[in-house]
Amino acid sequence: MSSSEPVLTVRGLNVDYGTGDGAVHALRDIDLTLHRGEVLGLAGESGSGKSTLAYAVTRLLSPPGVITGGGVHYHRRDGGALDLLALSATELRAFRWQELSIVFQGAMNSLNPVHTVHSQLTDVLQAHRPELGRPERTARARELLALVGISADRLAAYPHQLSGGMRQRVMIAMALALEPEIVIMDEPTTALDVVMQRQILRQLVRLREELGFSVVFITHDISLLIEFSDRIAIMYGGRIVEEAAASAIYRDPRHPYSDGLLHSFPALHGPRRELTGIPGSPPHLSAMPAGCAFHPRCGKAVDACATHVPALAAPDGDATRTVACWLHHPAPATTPPRP
Amino acid sequence: MKYLLQRLAFYLVTAWAAITINFLIPRMMPGDPVQALLSRFQGQLDTGAIDSLKALFGLDQHRSLWQQYTDYWAHLLDGDLGLSFTFFPTPVGEVIAQSLPWTLALVGITTLISFLLGTGIGVLTGWRRGSWMDGLLPVTTFISAIPYFWLGLIAIALFAVKWPVFPAAGGYDGSLVPAFDWPFISSALYHGALPGLTIVLSAVAGWILGMRNMMVTVSSEDYVMVAQAKGLSERRVMFGYAARNAILPNISGFALSLGFIVGGTLLVEMVFSYPGIGYQLFQAVGAKDYPLMQGVFLIITLSVLAANLLADILYMALDPRTRREA
Amino acid sequence: MAATIAEAAVADPAGTGPDGTPASGRRRLRFLRGRKTVVGLGILAFFVVIAVVGPWIAPYDPDTMGDQLLQPPSGAHWFGTTQTGQDVLSQILVGTRGVLVVGFVAGILATLLSVLIGVSAGFLGGTADELLSLLSNVFLVIPGLPLIIIIASFVSDTGDLLIAAVIALTSWAWGARVLRAQTLSLRRRDYVEAARATGESTWRIIFFEVLPNLTAVIASGFVSTVIFAILSEITLAFIGVADISDWNWGTVLFWAQSNQALAQGAWWWFVPAGLCIALLGMSLALINFGIDEFVNPRLRTETGASGKVRMRVGFTPVVHASEPRASGPTASEPRASLARPPLAPGTHDKEPRP
Repeated sequence: MSSSEPVLTVRGLNVDYGTGDGAVHALRDIDLTLHRGEVLGLAGESGSGKSTLAYAVTRLLSPPGVITGGGVHYHRRDGGALDLLALSATELRAFRWQELSIVFQGAMNSLNPVHTVHSQLTDVLQAHRPELGRPERTARARELLALVGISADRLAAYPHQLSGGMRQRVMIAMALALEPEIVIMDEPTTALDVVMQRQILRQLVRLREELGFSVVFITHDISLLIEFSDRIAIMYGGRIVEEAAASAIYRDPRHPYSDGLLHSFPALHGPRRELTGIPGSPPHLSAMPAGCAFHPRCGKAVDACATHVPALAAPDGDATRTVACWLHHPAPATTPPRP
Repeated sequence: MKYLLQRLAFYLVTAWAAITINFLIPRMMPGDPVQALLSRFQGQLDTGAIDSLKALFGLDQHRSLWQQYTDYWAHLLDGDLGLSFTFFPTPVGEVIAQSLPWTLALVGITTLISFLLGTGIGVLTGWRRGSWMDGLLPVTTFISAIPYFWLGLIAIALFAVKWPVFPAAGGYDGSLVPAFDWPFISSALYHGALPGLTIVLSAVAGWILGMRNMMVTVSSEDYVMVAQAKGLSERRVMFGYAARNAILPNISGFALSLGFIVGGTLLVEMVFSYPGIGYQLFQAVGAKDYPLMQGVFLIITLSVLAANLLADILYMALDPRTRREA
Repeated sequence: MAATIAEAAVADPAGTGPDGTPASGRRRLRFLRGRKTVVGLGILAFFVVIAVVGPWIAPYDPDTMGDQLLQPPSGAHWFGTTQTGQDVLSQILVGTRGVLVVGFVAGILATLLSVLIGVSAGFLGGTADELLSLLSNVFLVIPGLPLIIIIASFVSDTGDLLIAAVIALTSWAWGARVLRAQTLSLRRRDYVEAARATGESTWRIIFFEVLPNLTAVIASGFVSTVIFAILSEITLAFIGVADISDWNWGTVLFWAQSNQALAQGAWWWFVPAGLCIALLGMSLALINFGIDEFVNPRLRTETGASGKVRMRVGFTPVVHASEPRASGPTASEPRASLARPPLAPGTHDKEPRP
């Protein structure tokens, strides 16, 4: 059901933590397109920048995060585009949740402990649909809970009275309250057990088919991504290193890091793979290696990898995917062509 | 309900502990200052008064400690706190009954004002970090380090001596008879303004700092980020999400710092010769009036416990997690 | 202030890393680098020096009466004179020692009590914990100052040390409460559990595994108690409960008050003592802020932002660099590897390491 029409485009996005001399680069030159109706998976280890990307796109990144360049555009159905980085606070408030909602990681802390489920489901309606009266808001809240399979009598409950799985469902119901075009899911199921995890993800897939929103699905568990997403972007050290259809990533990963990630998780379907993992640990943002950030851990690194950052581009002969690796692009000359 | 009962039980234990401490102090201290007082007032005391002082201060050496303890309780439950020597021969209970309303009004109103004001400013400074209001922080730190009574002295020097805008002492105009009418109430308010302002200025700083720090801590909680992501109005995020949660620890803190605040206000009463129990305590200390001192301590402790209970009820109303499902 | 320590402590108990490893010594000393802490320690050091050398550098004997009665500050008497011609500056200088001695002795005693009671309660658990917690809660709620006044006025001979002991006895409870909560959370940490499992003795675990990680909390409790003790002591002197023949700042205020300094407009008699109290109190409060911010980095006023960019929760600022960025950094580009690690990473990437 995905189309080639974009709904969210990110071009050359750069994000720093801090400003001035103390700044570290958290995201560099991110290019990413989310198409209408698709599930786009974002994978990577801790600190690879995938959550930073999600929050930067919505401009929710906490201090000291600063967006230092690039563009993020939201495309309406009528063809108009909205520059999210140019919006004022008021415009941003109107845009948020209406067009793009987020299911946050750790549902334990995502609900306000002192307000009822009802209050937290309806305050967003009150903010964005002022024309609705109180009875209509309550009716909508009931409807939303029913959507995720929670009985309406839980409306009066406080978060501490709900189980972890129920809280996550409430968060999902909340994300769908205004029927947004885009839902970002940041580790939506990490805190849950495996059975609950699957149950909730299935429900999500069904809801997406009914309501037709696009999803950015962030998780470190690449096997989940392969099962549930259409396309996958893999992040390392604040950059996207490979982007392709889920099946292509699974069958034929081009970047050595993607390959390593695939061998870090047991596959749920298909032939068993050997679990080898990736030697070493991800670099700290303040001490990013020169050249390709992955080269110190890469078994296939060549000379150019240590000095030059590979650009994200189509590997030879395959226009459906991109990868940032010197193994798939003509390696540069040994002397740097420009500073 | 269970939470409230637990708190109630705790306050009963604390009240018992305070009364027992009060019982033990004169018995554990070397010397017999009360005996000296008794002999000084020999002939002016009737037997009943001597009996109650002996029971309250353990002067009857022939009775065992346990018997003394039960005697002590019997007198307390009778409402008998002994005779005040400063206001001889007025019973301590009467002296306290006359001065307590003054203290309750002064401390109650000023504490409420400083809590609300400080919390409000704290919410704003904690929410808008990096704004001009951060400049208030060093000032509040300095003010919170100043003892209440010294600020009172300065207030008198400035606004009662140098520019005589307010009276320097007393709770009302001496020419008036205490009554519930406008001349008396306005006079009481006029006299209470300077001590009240002193207390508010001293106490507000602590609330600002506490609330600011809680706001900063709570602002990075996930649910505040969710509220921002939902595109709620700034007011709703700031008050409904951040401040609403940040105030909870501040209310527990309120209960705990009440004893400290009361200590400070007693001193302000002394400086302003305000007719509350702090001033009575000051006079009692000067005159070595032990029955009055002990009576004042008991009544202060019980009032603080009652205020704590009120804070607990408020906390329970604000935090659903303390209410167990029925 | 103490409340924030307690709250922060729940988030990151006593300066342990996110993975629960004990804090290293260097990390523990890092709070010394904050601007607030440095200012606070500087002022405190100044008063400590005065406390040591005060009686020697005092220009006059504080008790000697002179013929210049109630004179405003002058070259001969920097802080003016009292009604009996005593030199106020000398009284302040001589009185500093008593203030600091009582403050620190009371602080040390109360801290020892709070560590003993709080750590035992947290570590032993069960009935012992409940009784000790009850004890500290009772002492927490009973108003301290009136109790101190009563005890002190029953004693005929009130020296500095006795006052300090009485203050300590009534002010240990807050520290004990915070330490109990801290110890409880430390006790559940892996490395303490491991030590218990390998059969190390309870006292060894407390001294080598638990106490070192409570340093920041204990220090903060100590500083708070010193503030409280100094205020209480000065108050006792001011209302005439403590021995007024010993000089301290409260005694100066006592004589000023009882000689109607206010009505006579002799501001120099009571202003210097009060300012000293406020300065000393502020220095201690600043040190405590330093410890607070060290325990709870979220409280730091400087968030790594320069003056130009307004950081605001929920609205990430967008700053377009004036010069176009190179499309990708190369080996020659300077690295920010020496920069202070940012606060935010880890806030958002909370997933367990694969």
